[in-house]
Amino acid sequence: MLTHVWIIPLIPALSFVAILAIGKRLPKKGAEIGIASVAICLVLALATGTGWISRVNHPPESAHAEATAQSVEGHEAEATATASATEGEPAASADAEHAEGGAEAEEHHVTPPVQRNVTWFETGDVTVKAGTLIDGLSALMLVIVTFISLLVHVFSTDYVGGDRRETHYFAFLSLFTAAMLFYVISDNTLQMVVGWELVGLCSFALIGHWWEEKPNSDAALKAFLTNRVGDIGLLVGVIILYFAAGKTFDVLSLNTQANAGLIEHNLLLIGSLCLITAVMSKSGQFVLHTWLPDAMAGPTPVSALIHAATMVVAGIYLVARNYGVFFNGLSIGTANVNALAVVGCVTLLFGAFLAFVQTDIKKVLAYSTVSQLGYMVTALGVGGWTAAIFHLFTHAIFKACLFLGSGSLAHHIHSFDMKKDMGGMRKRMPITFWTFLIGTAALMGLPLITAGFWSKDEILAGAHQLGGDGGYRFAVIMGLMGAVCTCAYMTRAIWYVFYGEPRGKSAEHDLHENGPRITVPLIILATGSILVGYANLPEKVFGIGVPESLSLRFEHFIEPTGAYFPSADNSFSHPEFVPWIALVSALAIVIGAGGAYLWYFKDKGPHGITERNKVARTGYKVLENKYYLDWLYTDVIVGFVKGPFARATNWFNQNILDGVVNSVGKGARGAGEFVYHRIDQGVVDNVVKGSGLAAEGSGSVLRKTQNGKVQWYAAYLFLGATILAAIFVIVAS
Amino acid sequence: MKDLLNGWGVTAAVFLPLVGALVMLAIPKSEETLHKVVALVTSLAVFVVGVALLWDFDYDHTAVLQYGQDKSWIELINARYLVGIDGISLPLIALTMLVVPLVIIYSWDHFPAPHNPKAFLILILVLETGMVGTFVAQDLLLFFVFFELVLLPMYFMIGVWGGEQRKYASLKFFLYTAFGSALMIVSILATYFLSPKIAVAGQGMMHTFSIPELAHWHGGGLARTTTLLVFGGFFMGFGIKVPMFPFHTWLPDAHTQAPTQGSVILAAVLLKLGTYGFVRIAIPILPVGAKAWAPVIGLLAVIGIIYGALGCLAQTDMKRLIAFSSVAHMGYVMLGIATLTDFGINAAIFGMVAHGLITGMLFFIAGSVKDRFHTLEIKRLGGLLLQAPRMGWLLGFSVMASLGLPGLAGFWGEFPAILSAYQPAEGLNIGLFRGFMVVAALGTVFAAGYLLWLLQRVAFGTPTEEFEDEHIHDMHFTDYVAWTPMIVLIVVLGIVPGLIFKVTNQAVVHSLIHIGS
Amino acid sequence: MFLNQFLLLAAALFCIGVYGVIARKNGVMVLMSIELILNAVNINLVAFSAMWFNTPGANPLAGQVFALFVIAVAAAEVGVGLAIVLAIFRNYKTVDLDQVDLMKG
Repeated sequence: MLTHVWIIPLIPALSFVAILAIGKRLPKKGAEIGIASVAICLVLALATGTGWISRVNHPPESAHAEATAQSVEGHEAEATATASATEGEPAASADAEHAEGGAEAEEHHVTPPVQRNVTWFETGDVTVKAGTLIDGLSALMLVIVTFISLLVHVFSTDYVGGDRRETHYFAFLSLFTAAMLFYVISDNTLQMVVGWELVGLCSFALIGHWWEEKPNSDAALKAFLTNRVGDIGLLVGVIILYFAAGKTFDVLSLNTQANAGLIEHNLLLIGSLCLITAVMSKSGQFVLHTWLPDAMAGPTPVSALIHAATMVVAGIYLVARNYGVFFNGLSIGTANVNALAVVGCVTLLFGAFLAFVQTDIKKVLAYSTVSQLGYMVTALGVGGWTAAIFHLFTHAIFKACLFLGSGSLAHHIHSFDMKKDMGGMRKRMPITFWTFLIGTAALMGLPLITAGFWSKDEILAGAHQLGGDGGYRFAVIMGLMGAVCTCAYMTRAIWYVFYGEPRGKSAEHDLHENGPRITVPLIILATGSILVGYANLPEKVFGIGVPESLSLRFEHFIEPTGAYFPSADNSFSHPEFVPWIALVSALAIVIGAGGAYLWYFKDKGPHGITERNKVARTGYKVLENKYYLDWLYTDVIVGFVKGPFARATNWFNQNILDGVVNSVGKGARGAGEFVYHRIDQGVVDNVVKGSGLAAEGSGSVLRKTQNGKVQWYAAYLFLGATILAAIFVIVAS
Repeated sequence: MKDLLNGWGVTAAVFLPLVGALVMLAIPKSEETLHKVVALVTSLAVFVVGVALLWDFDYDHTAVLQYGQDKSWIELINARYLVGIDGISLPLIALTMLVVPLVIIYSWDHFPAPHNPKAFLILILVLETGMVGTFVAQDLLLFFVFFELVLLPMYFMIGVWGGEQRKYASLKFFLYTAFGSALMIVSILATYFLSPKIAVAGQGMMHTFSIPELAHWHGGGLARTTTLLVFGGFFMGFGIKVPMFPFHTWLPDAHTQAPTQGSVILAAVLLKLGTYGFVRIAIPILPVGAKAWAPVIGLLAVIGIIYGALGCLAQTDMKRLIAFSSVAHMGYVMLGIATLTDFGINAAIFGMVAHGLITGMLFFIAGSVKDRFHTLEIKRLGGLLLQAPRMGWLLGFSVMASLGLPGLAGFWGEFPAILSAYQPAEGLNIGLFRGFMVVAALGTVFAAGYLLWLLQRVAFGTPTEEFEDEHIHDMHFTDYVAWTPMIVLIVVLGIVPGLIFKVTNQAVVHSLIHIGS
Repeated sequence: MFLNQFLLLAAALFCIGVYGVIARKNGVMVLMSIELILNAVNINLVAFSAMWFNTPGANPLAGQVFALFVIAVAAAEVGVGLAIVLAIFRNYKTVDLDQVDLMKG
């Protein structure tokens, strides 16, 4: 399976075509094709995952031998990898670094990734390859994407059943799944660009699913355009790294070279900064995050799948996949501050602030997603690679649970407004309530029992321990503050939705729990929100040792071990469990959730402060207007480009450029007229006219000779002949 | 079969349409169906010849001129009937031969006013001769003749079957291009007289118009100023045809006023004559001039990218918007050419084909929208997806292709062009071109902006009150037939870009041997 | 000399012919006058031919053949001419050439 993963994205891609072709004629409008294909994919993905685990447990001998035999540089390494791939053997990337230090290789098992590629096309002196790369990371992503996608498909059969465009909906879900899977198994950056853009397209199509209403299509456009802005960075970054790595898109070769110090540091730095722009747009990092909340205009299952669990982590995956580039380019291992960590920290905090003022439950969750993505970026920025991916994993599950839960809530009332249309849902929708509560607990990071705790804690521990002297201190502080906010806004949401008296539409409807196609996915995800946390228990928790067969399993299987991943030589290290951080983050829950509990449930605290206090009012207003970023983008920048700037250009085109052309034309015509009237008619023509007059005059004289009398003519003839004869005679003599 | 193709293949491809046109001249005007059948059969025959040529082409040696013919034409000045196909011209010839029958099929039921299929179809066939001839000509004078031959039918097509301002548009088109041609012929003559004489069988030493011979000479021994001036002449001739900023102003008018069929041919093939001229003639013959001019070309190209995009944003007419987008897209093509690298020029040729298919498709759709709604004013349109869902979908598809979505053809013209600007040919200013690269990448955002904006306002939402109750006929049978090949090609080329890169690569490398990168 | 008499005769005939062509009003007379002119030419031809009869290199019978040719043409011409005169007479009831000025410009 490891060498044939290309089948996995192919299945949903075919399903997309099949649904479009015959979906409308099927009883479920194409949903059955989608579910079947994604289910097959899930099985295949699990097979891939198992294949990878057994590969880690029993690394192939040949690869080991190869690794020790080689002490080669990037280019040759790539050649070997390709050569062995074409033989159908598992490809071994060069592990030169590890091979040199033999002792380390003994202790640190190297499991080479499985790379397999074919020539895609050749142009100039460049051969571009297409291929698949399977290691722990991509295997994990395959499982996450197919798993969530399957649950979302099942959920959707109920949720969008009977929708005006059900078939298209499922078709695009399939296409999205295909694109995302294609993206995560790519073995080169060019292919990643392709997958990256295709998921963007699906996101566009699904956000704008109900395109009859302008706000929806506006949101779709905004998502696509904002992502395009980030794509400038992606394109430029990929191009820079392509040349930096000696004209290759290959991820393994690129990162191996970056780790080995074969690429100029400046190029790595600029390249990774460019890619960060892309990450900012795709993964909703601060200043380019504005599209993500608007993307909630799409159907809720789409928000769960695309805008929470999978697509938005494409940016995280981009960094994780090219970690060699980022780690070395930003000097993550030795610095105290870097662009990635700063972006992540600002996002996690500012996103959490915004979640406070939302009344739409989906927007709360959307900003919460922004904030959690900030955690992941922070983790990557401080060097906690495993923590980031682990958090990606747990977040995918509990956030999908929350989003689907909000869909379940709104399924009957068709409104997401917590303040106006919800309240008191606890009793009426118990399964939704409990699953939502578990998801919330995981998001808050309830210690020891929820998945969110383990992953978030690892991030904070990483920020504390990794990096140069003193670690990334600001990341620890901001991370903890973010945790407080998270707890507070989620408590607020729980209050509005599930407690109090039913309001608005929820009061009008006779609400009851949804059917199994909605609740079963919720239950599965809620269970997952608790269980998956144990996948990466630290070695010691509060001094109690965890058995080796249970601890750090995630790190063991997922974290790459080849030379394409930063190693200890690049000062890459792993954090350990820090008791005080765990305690403080538990305290954060108490403060955040407790404070919000007092405020909302018990109605204590300075209510109405936003009306009384000027500072608080300004703060509230800034938050309500989303830091005025939307205003800046939509009204100022886009408005300027689309309005005055474009019009000015058009004016320039019509009046200046075209004016020049037209005036040249007019000038030519004017000159022509001058020539015609003055010169042609005045001078030349008069000459002509004069000659005409002369001809006329002479004609009227000569005319008289033409009297029509034949004999006259004969006389002329003879006269002429006589004269000629006379001349001849004279001349001859 | 092979001998026949070698001897007559190219000639047949060039002159079959003329034969068809002559046959049609003999048929009375009232026999409309017969005219259509004759035109279609002719163009299909050309297509079959084209397929045979493609089939028999030696893809392992695309740098070699294949199916070559070399006959004496005007002995006095040693102008020859020298034709042949290599990897650079093959994709464009194939594109031409494909687009013409599709246009004729599309026309089947909707001939623009004042109708008259006889004249219209004859013009299209004459156009085809001119276009194919330009792509196969290997003799400068022959090239020039075909290059100019294209002008007249298009002039009449716009001037007779065009929109309200057709007279202005057609005249502008004609004069602008003729102006460029005038400078070009000067350059052609200069090249002819400045290049050394070669031995001609039976006539002693003579100057030559032969492009391969001149490329072999590649401007050796010319004074730098002379080279620059001669290249400048070519630059004007081809640059106007491309069209490059600031010589593009004829394009929006011509496109807007031209009938749909004219727009499609104009976008799909005619604009490529200019870029093809650069790749085929200007750069191989005058590499020194090309190097000196490359920064200017690159600068104008990126200005065109941004400028065209901004122009698009200000348009209120769908067709005019698409026309302006051509300016931006051809900017990418010219940027690829300006890098003077094999990578960039391969990308440029890919971009030409992709732009031909995609923008051709957009014009087809715009034409059909006009046919149904009798207006192209964006403000009055809306909800196309509701009233004519298939057309709406195709518009979405073409828009996505046009904005360079990977997996569709547009991407492979755009991305490699941007990529090649990172490392232009030796001797060019790297910093400058990297600046171009960033600006060009910025252009992709604008492209997405105006195209999605168009899609949103035309296809999304609900129909405006004006057309709310109107019954809009979705695609006709002829639409299906005409559009399917283009869509299939857009997808196939997007997934397997090697199809074109493989053909062009050797030929492009060969054409750049004197650039020395 | 031997030749002179013939040339004088021819010149006399020619002059009579010219006089007839110019001065006579009757179309038939004019035609006859034209015959006189032609015959003057014939005489010249035959005379010159006879004179060069023995000169080597010259064609001995060229003049005579030409004369015969002219006679044949003249016969045809008279035929056509008489037909025209006849047509004129039918239309104008006269053969007076002064009355016929169709060709007046």
